[in-house]
Amino acid sequence: MDNEAITSDQEPQPTAAARRPILQRIFIRKGIWASLVVPVLSVFTAFIIGGVIIAASNTAVLAAWGNIFTAPLEALRITFKTVYDAYLALFQGAFGQPAELSAALRTWRETGQTQALWAALRPLGESLVISTPYIYAGLSVAFGMRGGLFNIGAEGQLFVGGLASAYVGYAVKGLPWIVHMPLAILAGLAAGALWGAIPGLLKAKTGAHEVINTIMMNYVAFRLTDYLLTGPMARPDRLPITPQVLPSAYIPTIFPPPVRFHWGFFLALGAAALMYWFLWKTTRGMEIRMTGQNQDAARYAGVRIAVITVLTMAVAGALAGMSGTNQILAVDHQLVRAFSTGYGFDSIALALLGNSHPLGVVLSSLLFGFLRGGAARMQSVAGTPVEIIRIIQGMVIIFVAAPAIIRSLYRLKTPREEDTLLSRGLTS
Amino acid sequence: MPPVLELRDITKRFPGVLANDHINLTLNEGEILALLGENGAGKTTLMNVLYGLYTPDEGEIIIRGEKVEIHNPNDAIEHGIGMVHQHFMLVPVFTVTENVMLGVESVKNGIFLDRKTAAERIREISQRFGLRVDPHAVVENLPVGVQQRVEIIKVLYREADILIFDEPTAVLTPQEVEELFKVFRSLVEQGKSLIFITHKLNEVLAIADRIMVLRNGRVAGITTPEEATRESLASMMVGRDVILEVEKPPARLGELVLEVRDLVVQDDRHLVAVKGVSFEVRAGEILGIAGVQGNGQTELVEALTGLRPVVSGSITILGQDVTNAEPRQVIELGSAHVPEDRQKDGLVLTFSVADNLVLNTYYQMPFARGINLDHQAIERAATERVQQFDVRTPSIFIPVANLSGGNQQKVIVAREFSRPIRLLIASQPTRGLDVGSIEYIHSQIIQKRNDGCAVVLVSPELDEIMSLSDRIAVMFEGRFLAVLPAEEATRERLGLLMAGIQEPMPV
Repeated sequence: MDNEAITSDQEPQPTAAARRPILQRIFIRKGIWASLVVPVLSVFTAFIIGGVIIAASNTAVLAAWGNIFTAPLEALRITFKTVYDAYLALFQGAFGQPAELSAALRTWRETGQTQALWAALRPLGESLVISTPYIYAGLSVAFGMRGGLFNIGAEGQLFVGGLASAYVGYAVKGLPWIVHMPLAILAGLAAGALWGAIPGLLKAKTGAHEVINTIMMNYVAFRLTDYLLTGPMARPDRLPITPQVLPSAYIPTIFPPPVRFHWGFFLALGAAALMYWFLWKTTRGMEIRMTGQNQDAARYAGVRIAVITVLTMAVAGALAGMSGTNQILAVDHQLVRAFSTGYGFDSIALALLGNSHPLGVVLSSLLFGFLRGGAARMQSVAGTPVEIIRIIQGMVIIFVAAPAIIRSLYRLKTPREEDTLLSRGLTS
Repeated sequence: MPPVLELRDITKRFPGVLANDHINLTLNEGEILALLGENGAGKTTLMNVLYGLYTPDEGEIIIRGEKVEIHNPNDAIEHGIGMVHQHFMLVPVFTVTENVMLGVESVKNGIFLDRKTAAERIREISQRFGLRVDPHAVVENLPVGVQQRVEIIKVLYREADILIFDEPTAVLTPQEVEELFKVFRSLVEQGKSLIFITHKLNEVLAIADRIMVLRNGRVAGITTPEEATRESLASMMVGRDVILEVEKPPARLGELVLEVRDLVVQDDRHLVAVKGVSFEVRAGEILGIAGVQGNGQTELVEALTGLRPVVSGSITILGQDVTNAEPRQVIELGSAHVPEDRQKDGLVLTFSVADNLVLNTYYQMPFARGINLDHQAIERAATERVQQFDVRTPSIFIPVANLSGGNQQKVIVAREFSRPIRLLIASQPTRGLDVGSIEYIHSQIIQKRNDGCAVVLVSPELDEIMSLSDRIAVMFEGRFLAVLPAEEATRERLGLLMAGIQEPMPV
């Protein structure tokens, strides 16, 4: 693509890459191929390294390698079997077991019994349940990044979103579902938006960096949660848990229990689609992307940067708030202190992996959801500690953030402009 | 005696581009060789090969009859090659001595910097070559011309005898250029050999011993100042005949478009950069604002376009007060702005050519319907404008970053000129562009003027100011020192004014 553009009359110039701040260069790559190849190879490589770690941390494998000289094939066999078993368990934990599913389908068709079917679908449903808050939170960070803002505050926004929707969920009584649930969602969105807009406003008015202030807002949100759970929002028995959200505010599940898979997942896909439409098909979206890519040019073009900054942070906050709202209204139905297992922080990694593109965020959220969903089974069946999953996730992020590793590993061509940039930087 | 430097069949490919195609170059001792060519002709690539920043795909480098391998700038310095970069590589807060010794620090007692010995040597070098500079001055306080001397001293300090100057005159006043040429001569007298990269024809004819012209990565010709003329060099560079002089009919003045009264503007460091400037521009005329860069032109233009707050004074466009107006309000009054730094202000490099062509009109009909962008309308307009303004791009969908500088500028010109505008503010509209693009953009500006647009042209290039303007203002330290009718402005007079020297009142 580049090649054609550089027609006969020019030398390569350090351009786009040179002008964009480093964070954005990491989070937003150019071109469809560039944005696919590295993440896919990163995931692949992370799994290979994960396999090595699985093998190396398994006592049976280590014992077999102790006898490498007497039984070399046995050592290799055990190694591969261990890794295979672990990943098989991970896969089955994440997606369910094909055999079980087909058996359940047969039972259903022959007897009309659905219980086994739901049981077989449960792992897949669970993975998607885990993916859902990831999607919202990942979209939040990605949205900010498209507007040139680094939203580290997704976790805090998620908490206040959860708090607001939980409150509306249990305190507002007597409304029909069709009113109550949207109202609770709206409350979560508004709280998240407010939490995001504050650092946005500070940035727009005073230039205070959003990274610092979103981090600070996280702490405020955590302590606010602590306070509310021990006082105003605590259960009647004073346990630091909110009262149960009324069923009229539930985001409903799709299948009967034990499958917890719920409509929130499709809402999340809807949010991703909406974000795509907003950013790429509307004038406001163009202003946000313009500001994100080149604030000076956006000002030159008549965009009001302050407005865009606040708007971007508010929307990012609302998305993260929705992540918490989703957990409260669709999964937990009450809010406990540790109701988020770091979705907000993982979301930074998701935006990175997903190239800050809605579709990319959805895909990387699915990946993280499946990894986490399958981890429990991997531990119980194959005896591989769940922490392996964290290692794999971490590896993926490292490789995506430092694409040079992947490029040299797989002998990929380095984008030329980065090259020139480096060489110019070295000149002295 | 063999030549000091010989490049044989140097070939350097970049993906899709043949930047240097079997280039042969000979540099004799004590010679000034001018390397002339448009942007993208391969001058910089060739010099980067010589300086070890690029490895050539083919060809060899021979220094004083010996074949050498140059893999990095250190190798180059080792072989006595020094480069004075267009953009200075100086640490602003360091002194001259510290900057010069950076990387080759002399040391006493093992660990302590020996500034004294270094300063001593710098003084010696500066005397020998006529490079006046105070070794203890802090670089950021020095004028650009002196900073350049520091760069030259840096190279001489490393004992280079082949000196490459990459567009050294781009940032200098005419007087500073004269100074630099004096330095060139004294360098050559003392046995140094120079390669002088430029695209300015006058300078080449004034100083070079031999001229080598590159075009599209190949040697287009080698000549001498005696044989060559401006016209012959220009056509050698571009590959066709070029009209250097702009033809323009006498100005037909119309209504008052821009009126500026006692304008005071601060720069980024909150220092007063524009100190009470007043002027008017009427429809159908070009007001040229000459001056060395950094004398408040940038701040003036930014204030005019709403990008920078006005401290006091007023700006009126077509009778409307736009002092401290939002940029969009200024734009919607029919004002167009070709910004000084096209990549920083004028374009979003990662956006497509099509999007950049509607960068400030995307929200208007027909490009938007309500809040929805009409991509079809945007693309139709883009296709039309790319054709009309001869933007060379393989597609309107590729990022504008992939275009050459000249074509990037054409995108801006296409965008700004295709709106119904009454006022054009063009800041260094041809900076860094090749002869062909300059010719084109100049003709477009004249066209706008003839169509009744008021034009403010800001440029440090005297040639540009003199050939386009109807009236010329010279800006120095935030003030207009003079506003002259173009007929009365001579190079010498403008040059003195640019240096802040007020001529005695005419008798």
